[in-house]
Amino acid sequence: MSTITGAAPAAETAVRRRGIRVRVSRDGLATFLFLVPLLVVFGLFAWFPILRAFVMSVQETNLVSEPTFVGLDNFARVLADPQFGIAVRNTAWFAFLALVFGYPIPIILAVLMSEVRRGRGVFSALAYLPVVIPPVVAVLLWRFFYQASPTGVFNTILGWFGLGPFPWLQDSTFAMPAIVLEATWAAAGGTVIIYLAALLGVRPDLYDAAEVDGASIWQKIRYVTLPQIRTVLFVTLILQLIATAQVFTEPLLFTSGGPANSTLTVLLLIYRYAFQNSLGGDYGSAAALSLMLAAFLSIFTVAYFWLTRRWGSDS
Amino acid sequence: MSRPWRRGPRAAETRPTKQAAERGIVSTADYRQRNVRWTMHGLKVGTLVFLLIVGLGPLLWMAKSAITPTQDTLRTPMALWPNGFDLSQLATAWTRVHIDRYLFNTIWLALGSWAVQLIVATTGGFVLGVLRPPGSRVLTALVIATLFVPPIVLLVPLYLTIVDVPLLHWRLIDNYWAVWLPAGASALNVLLMQRFFSNLPREIFEAARVDGAGPVRLFWSIVLPMSRPIIGVVSVFAVIATWKDYLWPFLVIRNQNLQPLSVRLPIMEATTDLGVFIAALALSSLIPIALFLIFQRLFLTGEGVGGALKG
Repeated sequence: MSTITGAAPAAETAVRRRGIRVRVSRDGLATFLFLVPLLVVFGLFAWFPILRAFVMSVQETNLVSEPTFVGLDNFARVLADPQFGIAVRNTAWFAFLALVFGYPIPIILAVLMSEVRRGRGVFSALAYLPVVIPPVVAVLLWRFFYQASPTGVFNTILGWFGLGPFPWLQDSTFAMPAIVLEATWAAAGGTVIIYLAALLGVRPDLYDAAEVDGASIWQKIRYVTLPQIRTVLFVTLILQLIATAQVFTEPLLFTSGGPANSTLTVLLLIYRYAFQNSLGGDYGSAAALSLMLAAFLSIFTVAYFWLTRRWGSDS
Repeated sequence: MSRPWRRGPRAAETRPTKQAAERGIVSTADYRQRNVRWTMHGLKVGTLVFLLIVGLGPLLWMAKSAITPTQDTLRTPMALWPNGFDLSQLATAWTRVHIDRYLFNTIWLALGSWAVQLIVATTGGFVLGVLRPPGSRVLTALVIATLFVPPIVLLVPLYLTIVDVPLLHWRLIDNYWAVWLPAGASALNVLLMQRFFSNLPREIFEAARVDGAGPVRLFWSIVLPMSRPIIGVVSVFAVIATWKDYLWPFLVIRNQNLQPLSVRLPIMEATTDLGVFIAALALSSLIPIALFLIFQRLFLTGEGVGGALKG
């Protein structure tokens, strides 16, 4: 280092860099051991199955015989299956109903709750309570509420107002809205909490400024509150669409897709292909349909990540 | 800022910022107006009543029906105790329907998933967030990539993996590892830990290094003790998620003596007396509700996850 003054800094960094490298190699074994759980678990139960899904979608595969390459046959078979159209239509219907029932209610609730000064915690806890109930318990409980007889819980309540009795789950028109109602009940609390946090984050001086301009309460909601939480509203919309496209537990446990396939959703169809096939699991078709659904959902996923990134850089 | 003839906002303006942050859409001046005040009170009471009926109502009904005779629940589901209580239903559910065993199975599944998730997330997050060896960016990207894949894509290939684990050729059907290990492959957990760890002050790591601490000591004596908040968040959500899970344990745990509550309840419904069945539903919900009430702040303020995400 004492030879040429000009080269000294470079030499020093080289030494320092080598010092770190020595340390890395000494600690290399420990570093690798720390990585083992992640590599093993993600390798076997995330990365490998994802790759395998692509391979399986072009194979004829059931656990009995050796898988054979069949090209796009699985995709063609799924698209030609009359149940496919039904499942897509039902899933879209579910998503639409969930939007109609489930999208405005949390916004209204959160706006009202954000105005509560004392005891807001009680409001939030009550709104969130259905979310912590295990979905299976909730569905089985609601299935009893939906009993079609006049002494069913909902029919009793509606009877007080001279309505009903309704057949609920036993009727192909009523079954899907009934399922959506339960799903909305089970999920709305989470959205309410997200909106509430966004609403409480709106800068108060914006309201002050609006008041200077003589804004009424409605105008404040319309021109201050809603634009301020716009990104959150979009994000929850996308998350809800992604979630409703993958609805499974509710239709399976409420109606198993019936009556007359009126609640057969895409996920239920994938499940039928793979696990309820009398001829043995048609894993290829199941993988093909999952990939088609994933490709469709990736549009929303990309939009979600794009929005949250912008959202993150805004704040 | 405010009009001089309005005292309300002006007074609020001079108060400390905490007071200012407390205002919402409706201003103090708005509240001076009688009809606004009454409407707001009405709306708040209305909201509370709505939340009580919708949020708490079904659970209260479940609690009531768990101790009401079956015939009452069937004939007059909305009446309060027309023929008294039947506490024996709870006992029957616990002993004869074996809720005790399934509850124990559920707890065991939840604890194992919790442990695997924590081990993978803390060690992985430590390497990717603190040690950062060459290639850790690529590895982080590979972990993030799994977030983009909807879980349904994994369902069938993951099932086949459990039937015959590649390279090792284990069959994990009816083995709790079939639930525990895939639970660990949670990208969100790893990323939460990585973000939290990388925001810890690096000077502490440097100082420990100078004092001769290796990665193991760094991890065990510095990173873990400093990360209690995020570990708490991930733990609570891990337990609740396993408790809620249905499809996966249903597919891989076929032996009924090993199945958790969520898998058993739909199967036992057909063969169980209604009162006893509702008692079983109520018993199954107790632990998630208790966890929620104890850790309310984690769920309701988003403080845990949100704070960790922002760092």
